[in-house]
Amino acid sequence: MRAEDWRKMGLKDEEYLLITEIIGRDPNYVELGMYSVMWSEHCSYKNSKEVLRTLPTKGERVLQGPGENAGIVDIGDGLAVCFKIESHNHPSAIEPYQGAATGVGGIIRDIFTMGARPIALLNSLRFGTLEDVRARYIFNGVVSGIAGYGNCIGIPTVGGEVYFDPCYQGNPLVNAMCVGLLETDKIKRGQASGTGNPVVLVGARTGRDGMHGVTFASEELSAASEEKRPAVQVGDPFMEKLLLEACLELIYNDDVVGIQDLGGAGLTCATSEMASRAGTGLEIELERVPCREQGMTPYEIMLSESQERMLMVVLPEKEEKVHEVFRRWGLTSTTIGQVTGDGILRVRMGGKVVAEVPARSLAEDAPVYCPAFIEPAYLRMTAQLQLAEIPDSGDAEKVLLQLLSAPNIASKEWVWQQYDYMVRTCTVVLPGSDAAVLRLRGTKKGLAMTVDCNSRYVFLDPYLGGKIAVAEAARNLVCSGGEPLAVTDCLNFGNPEKAEIFWQFRKAVEGISEACLAFATPVIGGNVSFYNETNGEAIYPTPTVGMVGLLEDVEKRCTQEFKADGDLIVLLGETYEELGGSEYLATVHGMVAGRPPALELDKEKALHKLVLPAIGQGMLNSAHDLSEGGLAVALAECSFGQNIGASVELSSKGLRHDSLLFGESQSRVVVSVATDKVEMLLALAAQENVPAAVIGKTGGNSFLVTVDGRELINLPIEKMKTAWREAIGCLLK
Amino acid sequence: MKFGVVVFPGSNCDLDAYHLVKDVLGEQVDYIWHQEESVAGFDCIVLPGGFSYGDYLRCGAIARFSPVMKSVVSFAGGGGLVLGICNGFQVLLEAGLLPGALYRNINLQFRCLFTHLKVENLQTPFTVGLEAGRLLKIPIAHGEGNYYADPDTLRRMEKSGQIVFRYATANGEVTDTANPNGSLANIAGVCNEMKNVLGMMPHPERAGEAALGSEDGRLIFKSILKSWEGSR
Repeated sequence: MRAEDWRKMGLKDEEYLLITEIIGRDPNYVELGMYSVMWSEHCSYKNSKEVLRTLPTKGERVLQGPGENAGIVDIGDGLAVCFKIESHNHPSAIEPYQGAATGVGGIIRDIFTMGARPIALLNSLRFGTLEDVRARYIFNGVVSGIAGYGNCIGIPTVGGEVYFDPCYQGNPLVNAMCVGLLETDKIKRGQASGTGNPVVLVGARTGRDGMHGVTFASEELSAASEEKRPAVQVGDPFMEKLLLEACLELIYNDDVVGIQDLGGAGLTCATSEMASRAGTGLEIELERVPCREQGMTPYEIMLSESQERMLMVVLPEKEEKVHEVFRRWGLTSTTIGQVTGDGILRVRMGGKVVAEVPARSLAEDAPVYCPAFIEPAYLRMTAQLQLAEIPDSGDAEKVLLQLLSAPNIASKEWVWQQYDYMVRTCTVVLPGSDAAVLRLRGTKKGLAMTVDCNSRYVFLDPYLGGKIAVAEAARNLVCSGGEPLAVTDCLNFGNPEKAEIFWQFRKAVEGISEACLAFATPVIGGNVSFYNETNGEAIYPTPTVGMVGLLEDVEKRCTQEFKADGDLIVLLGETYEELGGSEYLATVHGMVAGRPPALELDKEKALHKLVLPAIGQGMLNSAHDLSEGGLAVALAECSFGQNIGASVELSSKGLRHDSLLFGESQSRVVVSVATDKVEMLLALAAQENVPAAVIGKTGGNSFLVTVDGRELINLPIEKMKTAWREAIGCLLK
Repeated sequence: MKFGVVVFPGSNCDLDAYHLVKDVLGEQVDYIWHQEESVAGFDCIVLPGGFSYGDYLRCGAIARFSPVMKSVVSFAGGGGLVLGICNGFQVLLEAGLLPGALYRNINLQFRCLFTHLKVENLQTPFTVGLEAGRLLKIPIAHGEGNYYADPDTLRRMEKSGQIVFRYATANGEVTDTANPNGSLANIAGVCNEMKNVLGMMPHPERAGEAALGSEDGRLIFKSILKSWEGSR
């Protein structure tokens, strides 16, 4: 074997040496390929493992934490919710439609592999700014790819977030999350137990697509990346729909011992991980693998990332029945081997052994690195924000309209109208509110779900930004009436071999850990995506937080829009002189600077302890979390749902007007209440030690704001709504 | 009365139609697998939304050849009630049970949103229970719902009352802005000459409960029940 062979596959020289030590000889070409994909960052987490260990992963409700295909949380009455988020960034950068579509397909497989019926999809998307023609092309392609896959397979896409920033110009982020529901006694795991049990491969034929996809995902993007287009897989949602129904049927009837999907690193990953988890070995015969083309080599078959395939271990007496069920669904299934007791993954082609290595060494024994880290130099620059040098924008109306039509704040209707968010008729809070809410048929319960991350905050302060991502997700659930249960995270960063990047990573994870501990929302699974760089330029550190919450009674849900004229508007939480990292500063003053707003976890928790029971007791007619654009934008958004205006009187108490109206101080929620319930709410707020102020009244067709008695904003709802609704569509024309 | 919901391997609104009939209306319903060769014993067949066989070709182009569709065609020929929703509408067109065709949406994008429907003919089994002038708020979710028929066919259909639903504004005006997909004359649903086969792009099964944002879809199913009872 020549050094250039393993280097080309992304293996380091010392990693090659380690392989020879493990197997006691030089690997052959097939084995080398198998190690290279399994030891890629994407599969082995070799750079991130040590840091990820610091995340809280345990909790009373946790039935399955990290390490399986997806995590699972108990929601009572014999039911559990299974969810996970995963990135498909690099494929989407060069082939947006298929890259995004297969990202959706992959995460759905992770969920039904666990025995759960997928009930909802969410996604977190980031692109370059829409003035750029390629960013528009990627944006359009990604959205239609997500729509194409999710709509066809019939799982509603109910929520998500979309951001635009020049840092994502060459390297968009496509993070897909899937939520599934199952009975607690039907959990399946990716384990190949039981010596002699047959191993069944089912689904699409294996082709030459997606070769070394995981290796490609574990390097930076450059001008040469276009040549990696063959590393992008092609999706077939109809095939996956058949797989989903057939696999769930088999799982419900207890016909499956272990099951895993074939995603990154294909057959190599599925076989080695399943054997490794069970402490067994596997023997497979590649001649039995149905291939798309003739003449595929063992190397190609073992590394192919062709989509819509599953690997199953079944009991010998169930083998025929399993094939029969797949036949009924029009699927090809083949027994390709069996479980062995020797811990070895033995691969044959026409009877001849072509690879023979310890299964565990592929799945578990990749070297673990502790990359160097150092505080990035840019932070000293960005931290210097002299508010005194920034004029307090005089024309609040102009600023508000500017913010409402800024792509990061503007309505994402152009995006979500392309998704079927209603199929399965369980979506009871539709896209456009703080979190989506689904009812669970046959029960009183509901689930609230959201994905959040303000990556500008994370860029300016990775620790605080990580903490805020968790807090905002939790706040969104709480505003919908859901009690936060657990977290799945998708950690998108640059090249971890750069010390400044790795510092960002460590700090962001620290922040996430601390917040997850405080809210008792353990991290039950997720994904790390490094090497998000184009020509050496990294994206903002973007640790996306997916969170699911429980409503014991789904009738007690809440949405952000004002419901009636004459309700009182109450601001919960406190506003400080905080403009650092704000959308206002970026959009109006062209600055990405300062420290993000402070977050005190105790105050945030107190807020949740107030809002949840207030919703539960029917005190609130609406609740909306304050985020990008601050109070003024939040109030405007509350008005848009039913075209109910508001008049608000604020006192500045020495704050700049822009801080007061557009600052993004944390732990704030704006609610509307019927006049006869306001006393109750204020009493509860006092009891929980949450500042609460009646700031105005709903009604009319306009949005009126006075500060210290002076009218600063007087705009027709219709005018604001048009600016907000049409902004993204206009930018695409 | 017993409803049958056809299940093609790529159907995905089968569950929703089943749920509405069984749990919301409390009527009898069963699934019918696409390989079934008979629909005997059912009083109304629902072809649900979804992507029948993946629909990578023209939507519904393969479904029309399925065993179940042969029996649906003869069931319809004998006057049996058939309701095709979204993909089901596409299948009915391909099977020749309804006139016209569906193009891709005019903006070439999938669209999912609530629409308002003006009811043009109250004398069909699917609309007989509706109040005159009452708009229906029912959502759409499709990529290929842009209805077309040639001018002669359209004239004939208008004359014989085969245009059942048109997209309208919330005030009931049939305008271009109310047209979500470019459909000819804002057509959202049509029936055959005998009036026993209805195809519609909007999803009444998604508008059967207040929690889902509208209960108007239920009225169509209530009409079916009413007309069936009247016919006995």
